[in-house]
Amino acid sequence: MMRRPSLVFSLLAFGYAFLYAPIVSLIVYSFNESRLVTVWAGFSTKWYTSLLQNEQLLGAAWVSLRIAVMNATLAVVLGTLAGTALVRFGRFRGRSALALMVGAPLVMPDVILGLASLLLFVAMEQLIGWPAGRGMTTITIAHVTFSMAYVAVIVQSRLVRLDPSLEEAAMDLGARPWKVFFVITLPLIAPALAAGWLLAFTLSLDDLVIASFTSGPGASTLPMVVYSSVRLGVSPEINALASIMVGLVTLGIVIAGVIMQRRAADAR
Amino acid sequence: MPSPSSSKPAKPLHALRERLRLGRGTVAVVPLLWLGLFFGLPFLIIARISLSEVVIGLPPYSDLLSWAEDGMLQLRLNFANFMLLWQDSLYLDAFINSLRVAATATLICLLIGYPMALGITRVRESLRVPLLMLVILPFWTSFLIRIYAWIGILKGNGLINNLLLGLGLIDEPLALLHTDFAVYLGIVYAYLPFMVLPLYATLSRMDHSLLEAAADLGCRPLSAFWRVTVPLSLPGIVAGSLLVFVPAVGEFVVPDLLGGPDSLMIGKVLWTEFFNNRDWPVATAVAVALLALLVVPVLLFERFREKEQDA
Repeated sequence: MMRRPSLVFSLLAFGYAFLYAPIVSLIVYSFNESRLVTVWAGFSTKWYTSLLQNEQLLGAAWVSLRIAVMNATLAVVLGTLAGTALVRFGRFRGRSALALMVGAPLVMPDVILGLASLLLFVAMEQLIGWPAGRGMTTITIAHVTFSMAYVAVIVQSRLVRLDPSLEEAAMDLGARPWKVFFVITLPLIAPALAAGWLLAFTLSLDDLVIASFTSGPGASTLPMVVYSSVRLGVSPEINALASIMVGLVTLGIVIAGVIMQRRAADAR
Repeated sequence: MPSPSSSKPAKPLHALRERLRLGRGTVAVVPLLWLGLFFGLPFLIIARISLSEVVIGLPPYSDLLSWAEDGMLQLRLNFANFMLLWQDSLYLDAFINSLRVAATATLICLLIGYPMALGITRVRESLRVPLLMLVILPFWTSFLIRIYAWIGILKGNGLINNLLLGLGLIDEPLALLHTDFAVYLGIVYAYLPFMVLPLYATLSRMDHSLLEAAADLGCRPLSAFWRVTVPLSLPGIVAGSLLVFVPAVGEFVVPDLLGGPDSLMIGKVLWTEFFNNRDWPVATAVAVALLALLVVPVLLFERFREKEQDA
């Protein structure tokens, strides 16, 4: 039908090449013998070994992982509440405020979110003495605030497509709203919650700017350590770290993809 | 929650409604309180600090209200921070440059992303999910590391220069890193998935019989594309463009790592004022100005999202 599908497809191929060329080059050079990242001097896995001995990077990774898990869990709870309220409750007082505060963090520049959170924490510490100092707690709170918005959007789009008649039937039969939510709604939106958890986890693990604003001494996240080492120049250890991350994400996405295809096949 | 009474099916409807309303109240209040405290309130604090003076101490800004010696309560609002933004060309240039870079990068994202989204809708159905996954995958890997990858490619003895030197196309390395070109490249690269996904969402919902009808009526493919496909995908174009444009205006990592000393962007200026100069009042004034600039696109995006949800 379309006269020149080949044009569209070559542009498609170009797009994918653009997206993946840098990632491929990162992985290839993580196996490079030379410290000069871009001069090939033979195959070696020594940067992976030295990465495993880099206590600073490993410590930061552990801090980041703990923050990311806490963040994802809290964000899923709060985001689900927000998404449910927005889709299922019709008009209520505060709805437009909630909708705006869910939508705005999606596009708000990181520097503003980070600065805003830090200034709040400073003002709160002055007024009520909490949070005392800044560290993992303040980073987590700041992360939850923007990642719950992403969860809310995912839950929203899932709930919109959900047939309300199942919930209505349960309600007609006398189930209380909370019970309806936990027994009927929650299992139906579980895939959206899982996706939301993973997204919130990744967003937290990935964030440099907001963490830099809201962190204190002793709480350096992985991106903060990577950033300071990247500013000093390229280092093959970072390449090794990047390759491991890409590997883990690819594995996760392949598994998710297989599950999704199976589900689609079951549905047919 | 009200005390749960018996839940016989033949419950009066108004009582059920009443209980639902109360339950709903608690569900909506928790996220509202959280977002109000940690997202809404900070903007008032930003506005307040932008009107104070920088002082040495902790926190490094002055109080707006103070008691004068004769028992008068004084309110001192300092507009000097905003006047500085207007008068010192550094800030104005940074704002204009940020808008220009973000707008250009959005356009380039659209030019690369549209054919990609269109291409994905045209492949076999079994290939669509894997292809979409491939668009999403880079987005799940670290933003910082994807930008870092470009340093290795662009720098003086990097991949591109080595390749071109090896082929004998150039005699000395090109200056690619720390240029405006590198900033555009980095932003387009980092935000491309945000353009492709909403475009794909609208394009995949398009009714193909419309294109057949256009062809039947003698419309050439290219003109059908402009007259049917593009107008129908307008929601995706707007959503994708806003998702790229708004965060790109305040981008910090890309100009900091890939940009040169001349590629001033407002996110980087804010960062420098805050972390290097420790001037909180000026940093917050920059944030207020940036917010004022972005309020229209952010509200537009929000309106748009609401409409999409209802559709």
